[in-house]
Amino acid sequence: MIKIEMQNVCLGYGRKVVLNDMTFQVMPGEMVGLIGPNGCGKSTIIKALSRVISPHSGKIFLDGKDISRIPRRDLARLLGVVPQVPLLPSTFTAFEIVLMGRNPHLGLFQYEGPEELAITWQAMERTATQPLAERRVGELSGGEVQCIIIARALAQETKAILLDEPTANLDIGRQVEILDLIKGLCRESNLTVLAALHDLNLASQYCDRLVLINKGRIHAEGTPREVIITQNIKEVYGTDGCVYTHPINGLPTVLLRSGNGKPAQTGDGVEGGVG
Amino acid sequence: MTLNQLKPSFKEQPVPIHFPHWRGRMYAILGLLVAFGAIVVFTTAVGSVQIPFSTICHVLFSKLPLVEATPTWPGIVETIILEVRLPRVILAGLVGGALALAGATYQGLFRNPLADPYLIGVAQGASLGAVVGFLLPSTWHGMGFGIIPVLAFIGALVSTTIVYSLARVGKTLPVTTLILAGVALGALLASIVSYLIISSGEKMHGIIFWLMGSFSLSQWSEVGVVLPYMVVGVVVILLYARSLNVMQLDEEQAQQLGVNVEKLKLVLLAAATLITAAAVSFVGTIGFVGIIIPHAVRMIWGPDHRFLLPLSLLSGAIFLILTDVIARTILAPTEIPIGVITAIVGAPFFLYLLRRRKRVLF
Repeated sequence: MIKIEMQNVCLGYGRKVVLNDMTFQVMPGEMVGLIGPNGCGKSTIIKALSRVISPHSGKIFLDGKDISRIPRRDLARLLGVVPQVPLLPSTFTAFEIVLMGRNPHLGLFQYEGPEELAITWQAMERTATQPLAERRVGELSGGEVQCIIIARALAQETKAILLDEPTANLDIGRQVEILDLIKGLCRESNLTVLAALHDLNLASQYCDRLVLINKGRIHAEGTPREVIITQNIKEVYGTDGCVYTHPINGLPTVLLRSGNGKPAQTGDGVEGGVG
Repeated sequence: MTLNQLKPSFKEQPVPIHFPHWRGRMYAILGLLVAFGAIVVFTTAVGSVQIPFSTICHVLFSKLPLVEATPTWPGIVETIILEVRLPRVILAGLVGGALALAGATYQGLFRNPLADPYLIGVAQGASLGAVVGFLLPSTWHGMGFGIIPVLAFIGALVSTTIVYSLARVGKTLPVTTLILAGVALGALLASIVSYLIISSGEKMHGIIFWLMGSFSLSQWSEVGVVLPYMVVGVVVILLYARSLNVMQLDEEQAQQLGVNVEKLKLVLLAAATLITAAAVSFVGTIGFVGIIIPHAVRMIWGPDHRFLLPLSLLSGAIFLILTDVIARTILAPTEIPIGVITAIVGAPFFLYLLRRRKRVLF
């Protein structure tokens, strides 16, 4: 229910500039997907929005407020993050990890009371991770860890969530389950969602709008129908992804074919090589 | 179907887990508190002059406020209990608790199982300060409890401040840089200490004895000096226990969960360094407690810092009190440096725990 806004933001690490002059918005209750090739800066945007790195220039606003002026704890009550491949301390239990989502809601002199435990338990129920509660996270699979982290973000009870490849380690059943859950929160509680996604088909199915990033700039922005078109796919990914229409909901769907990587010439698979 | 709408169903469906664990750990804290009290009384009875247990209880009881008791024991007994043994036991408890708590804090802050209170130069700084104190002409030694603790304390704080400022990059303090700077400066100071020891002549024995640690000269005045640092440091560290848990994720996730990572590092480093410096200034750089006690506690009661920190504090206190009893009685009247005993007693126990729990530890 809050607006995320980037205005002419330049991002990078040290002197290296990764992203130039980014301007885009995510409206309250909207689910926006960040797509683009490896290393295009999707994770960098998420780090900047959660104030882990600060922009070289430009401003980032959350609900109209400059995030560099929001104290970290207040920011963590507004904005939850599901990081990509999170490092977790292996001896903590899954429940203890999810409980950490309550941290920004507790002051120095407070401790986790029954309400905190209940919210945590609820978040684990919604992500179907309750059976894992007592397990040490070091013993869990990549997909299970991913769900734990999503549960942690839910327990954080924020008004916006940033997701960095939330489905990277999940099987297709869990992918749909988790994205349905997030989409549901987006619709019903007006949660603002920005998700970096690799899978163009998931991005197309779930996002209201997509931002396609390439070579440090926004290449295209708009609804999935406007962004996922053959020309964009070819320009950005260098592969002749064939864009079809989903037979049920009519959304653009990318189907791949072997041998269609670079050099993309005629579309004849055998000559194209493995690239 | 928002979280808020679902909340009522929770009341009917209570959280079925974790309360038991927490309750168990709370009982552990209470149990160790009771054990600490009992051990203080019990160890006060042990020594070259055997004093009956009942007399100890009477003497201590008579000193409580609002208690009127007529002494039925010789005055010398009261002096031994109150002026010789009790301050020593209490100081051992304070130092053991401080070292174990500081060790747990450093291990958590650096996310490194090998971290101990001496990792960023406290011990080497304190040693250098103390050795300089030993080498100063004896006319300097007149004031109060002596110049050595003062110089050791200053040495510890100065060396950690140097390490801290060397490791600082802009507004951040990268943990790896801090550890490396600490190790490097520590090595430099340690070699200066070694050189000074070799050239110290007849003072060499005293210096080495100090470095290995001893409670033989404990007095209430020392307890009085260490205690305020301890209270402040312990309260600060315990307040940040939850943040320290979140720090176990990694710095990026900790920030995203609302932890001001740089401030946390500064506050906890300062608090842990202060209690370590105060502890070692009087009794020397006692090893082993700060690294092993937190690990033993972690093995028994888990990695949650809200329990790990207080349990380490109490276990460290109990461990060092018991170790000191061994140090002063086993070869009585000769005292063994406590730094020797900590490892001889502690290592087998730790190795036993290590064999019993065949799981990932950190």
